[in-house]
Amino acid sequence: MMADTVLERPAAGPRGSSQRIEIDKVSLRYFTRQAEILALSGISLTIEPGEFVSLIGQSGCGKSTLLSIIAGILPPSDGEVRVGGKTVAAPSPRIGYMLQQDYLFEWRTILDNALLGAEIQKRDMKEARDRAVRLLEKCGMGHFLDQYPRALSGGMRQRVALARTLATDPDVVLLDEPFSALDSQTRLAIADEVVDVLRGEGKSVVLVTHDIGEAISMTDRVVVLSRRPGRIKSQHRIVFPSMPDRRPTPFEARGLPEFNEYFNTLWDELDVHVEG
Amino acid sequence: MVTNTPATTLRSTVGDSSAASPSPAYAAWLRGEARRANLITLTRAILLLAALVLWEVLARTHVVNPMLTSYPSAVWPTFLELLRTGDLLGHTWATFQATLVGFTVSMALGVAVAAVLWWSGFAYKVLDPFLVVANAMPKIAFVPIFYIWLGSEYSVYGMAVAISVFITIMVVFEGFRGIDPNKIKLALTLGASKWQILTMVVLPGSVPTLLAALKVNIGLALVGVIVGEFQSASEGLGFLIINGSQVFKLNIVMTAIVVLALLSGIMYLAIAHFEKATVRRYSS
Repeated sequence: MMADTVLERPAAGPRGSSQRIEIDKVSLRYFTRQAEILALSGISLTIEPGEFVSLIGQSGCGKSTLLSIIAGILPPSDGEVRVGGKTVAAPSPRIGYMLQQDYLFEWRTILDNALLGAEIQKRDMKEARDRAVRLLEKCGMGHFLDQYPRALSGGMRQRVALARTLATDPDVVLLDEPFSALDSQTRLAIADEVVDVLRGEGKSVVLVTHDIGEAISMTDRVVVLSRRPGRIKSQHRIVFPSMPDRRPTPFEARGLPEFNEYFNTLWDELDVHVEG
Repeated sequence: MVTNTPATTLRSTVGDSSAASPSPAYAAWLRGEARRANLITLTRAILLLAALVLWEVLARTHVVNPMLTSYPSAVWPTFLELLRTGDLLGHTWATFQATLVGFTVSMALGVAVAAVLWWSGFAYKVLDPFLVVANAMPKIAFVPIFYIWLGSEYSVYGMAVAISVFITIMVVFEGFRGIDPNKIKLALTLGASKWQILTMVVLPGSVPTLLAALKVNIGLALVGVIVGEFQSASEGLGFLIINGSQVFKLNIVMTAIVVLALLSGIMYLAIAHFEKATVRRYSS
């Protein structure tokens, strides 16, 4: 168990920009006719530029809600979120959000789907197009630019979704269980590619997942949220001393001895028990 | 390698259509399918022909009174006669043109009102019961009022719109509401305004619904036009029908009805064709 560790990471790559995310005493309550519900309580967390942090917790602990607050689509009841020192009050081009499913628009080609953000934000379309094409090529989708989504498999669609998220060059990327709709083999393959692309772009990343293995293998720090009301229960810095020269890919990480140790620790912390 | 899985999946689905040479069993299956399709077309033709023959025979043998039913061989000369004297094409055109106007107006109005209801949840909550009643109300009751309010020409358009607009609003609005909220959330995270969500997500996402509404609409608009013409018009197929029946010329009535059947069939087919061409792009 660690305190809110500040992690020094190498400066972001030359291509991408990256920003610090500060979550400052964020609480969220909402009302139904029956009751007032405290979903998140006093969450404080700092994510350094270029750092990958995962949030894990059982369903209903408010981890996706926290992500929506960071993205600015849900205002917190108390506290605030700052990205690069500026308070997040509304959705911002600085923040990229990748949802559980690809939600590609059937009526747009792959390239036009990747350009959705640029179009909404009324960017320079020529520049945006160049960037989107480069990203799609990087995600292995360069041959499908003019195809429609229905021709693509689930894994390919999620790659397009990643390119769409990065096409507006956000400083931070939020991933909301981005692989939960994929089959297990595709998940493993896509996790490697996504981490590779995101590290290449030097983005700060917040990953929400209920998959402990995904959290350990993909991120630098795992934050465990308690049951409702969601609080930070513990944080774990993930390091792999058995591979000292470089960071293992998510797939490699799963084969390293540290992986199982972290897994067991996190499993205990999550305190999972199946309710009948 | 694991990384190749998605690409392989795609290749195998694309590969199906480009099989090298079909096996004898496959060729036989294809022939069987073609035969089945032909049989259906043939049976339809026989059914239509049988109905016409039955109509002719029953009337000619006075099993039914030919004064009341007319019969095909009498309708045909009337058809030619009406065509020659020039007014059949004119009447058909008048009905077609009024249907097109009514249909376009009710489509535009329906989509606009549905957009307002989508935009404002308050407006929807307030207007919902009124819409339900307006839709259930038999609009034909308004024919005399429209005639007084709008005059002979515009009451026909008015009826076409009145009959089709409420169902259009409801169908289109349901389509708007059926858009996956996550698609809207996605647009929101990219910073979309409400107007952008409407024009870039909700409207294009509702194209299949809009096409379905179009199909319902064209039939209803035609009903409105015919009913309107019964009351007020001096031209159109509805006028021909009411006029023919008043002077007891059932040949004219039957001819107009047959032309009406053809007209509605053609309009429906045109839209179905358009739908087929468009909807392909919108299926996931």
